[in-house]
Amino acid sequence: MENFDITLLQNIAYIFAAILFITGIKMLGKEATAQKGNVISAVGMFIAIVVTAINIVNPFVVLGGILLGAFIGSVIAVKVKMTSIPEMVALFNGFGGLATFFIAWSEMSNTNDNLFQYLLVILTIYIGGVTFSGSLIAFGKLSERLKIGKGHMVTNSFISIFYLSLVSILAMLVLPMIGSLPLNFETIFYVYLALVMLGGVGFVLPIGGGDMPVVISLLNSLSGIAAAFAGLILVNNVLIVAGSLVGASGLILTIIMAKAMNRTIGNILFVGYAASATSSSSQQGEVKPINAEDAFLILENASSVLIVPGYGMAVAQAQHVVRELGELLEENGTDVKYGIHPVAGRMPGHMNVLLAEANVSYDLLAEPDDVNPMMDTVDVAIVIGANDVVNPSATEEPGSPIYGMPILEVANARTVFVLKRSMSSGFAGVQNPLFFKENTRMLFGDAKESISGLVSEFKD
Amino acid sequence: MEIYILLGFVLILSIYLGLELISKVPSTLHTPLMSGANAISGIALVGALTLTQDTFLQTVIAFLAITFASINVFGGYLVTNRMLSMFKKK
Repeated sequence: MENFDITLLQNIAYIFAAILFITGIKMLGKEATAQKGNVISAVGMFIAIVVTAINIVNPFVVLGGILLGAFIGSVIAVKVKMTSIPEMVALFNGFGGLATFFIAWSEMSNTNDNLFQYLLVILTIYIGGVTFSGSLIAFGKLSERLKIGKGHMVTNSFISIFYLSLVSILAMLVLPMIGSLPLNFETIFYVYLALVMLGGVGFVLPIGGGDMPVVISLLNSLSGIAAAFAGLILVNNVLIVAGSLVGASGLILTIIMAKAMNRTIGNILFVGYAASATSSSSQQGEVKPINAEDAFLILENASSVLIVPGYGMAVAQAQHVVRELGELLEENGTDVKYGIHPVAGRMPGHMNVLLAEANVSYDLLAEPDDVNPMMDTVDVAIVIGANDVVNPSATEEPGSPIYGMPILEVANARTVFVLKRSMSSGFAGVQNPLFFKENTRMLFGDAKESISGLVSEFKD
Repeated sequence: MEIYILLGFVLILSIYLGLELISKVPSTLHTPLMSGANAISGIALVGALTLTQDTFLQTVIAFLAITFASINVFGGYLVTNRMLSMFKKK
């Protein structure tokens, strides 16, 4: 009877936790309520954990694990620099996936003759394991520790293992129907675990840095789905509800990112830009460089300026000087807006986070649909380390690999300043005709130094 | 088997609910939403707490599951909060 009461209490608490998660995630979707939403969802998590911990088996293992995890997680969360957020989200995401991988592994011994339970365990191991190792690779790529990419020999071997791991799911599913196995089941199971882990590496390794916003959203979605599947295995509703919410939100972000690149998810994951690149017109011309002094003279007389940041701003950590420049322009009577492309940077909303860190008010940030119609009223568009998201080929050249991708049409502004380190092309490997346009001026050098140069011109 | 049908209902309805709730999120909030959702996927911790720990291997697995899920939960919520406290309208 005592046991029954605890289970009942837990289930009632789980309902409350589920309500808090749903409310929390809804509030996360609006600027005014987002922070409160996150707290509400954290309260839901707290309730769910506490009521589950009432009847734990081994307090030392449980408390030890929670304390250790809480310590590591908190230290990372407090210390991480805002420019490193993409790789950190990938890392946390991978740890969630790893936890479900372990849950499913542990539940393997409880499947007995229940075929459906066995199927769930095999699938959850796969999703959780691929989420973990895939996220680790994404972490490596985002933090630029891992330089191996598409076409490398190592990558190709891992891609083969990825396909092998997909086949191995099927093999595992038919396994129980085979009477006598050549190896004992335990050995086969461990081989499967290893294949899953290596398969996740092969899944993410060939995907380029520019496609990371899609990959990171997809892995986010997968970690939620893995948790929901773990809920099916453990017959636990709160895992199913919370996991599904995460799975759905990750899926939506994945679709938004893919749309912003005008590509299908399949093309991003399995083909990549290089293969879809058919023609790249070698449109060349004269590039017109400009120095900070001349750029300042133009900016000083501008009545409206659009700042378009890209990954280059993140690399140069230039967000603070960019904000400073924006404020100086405003003091000078210039109307300043920031044009943010959804896939600028390495994760969804990357630029927004950096500018928020630098204290740029979020109502100054505008999306392509809002700024494009008024582009011809913009005196100066300042492109800071962005490339493909402002490439006019997307609207002008039907043969271009990025044709059809929604861009920020800065070429229609009266003058365009492009801040760039060199003339190399962007993540798509496509030449950018914007650099050769009549109204474009190139300000070569490190983005942070170039902007600082403009700022000091203003102060003089 | 009936239990799986019930759980399947919960699964499908929750996914639909999630799709409805999140379909209109401004791009400013994409990162915090992803990070906040990521913290919620740390719900795996609740599952990890219920694992049996009869053998040594099971105990090790449970410990690892609890530790990694806890990193996900605590790190995820804290960093999301840190990020959102920077989002201000002036």
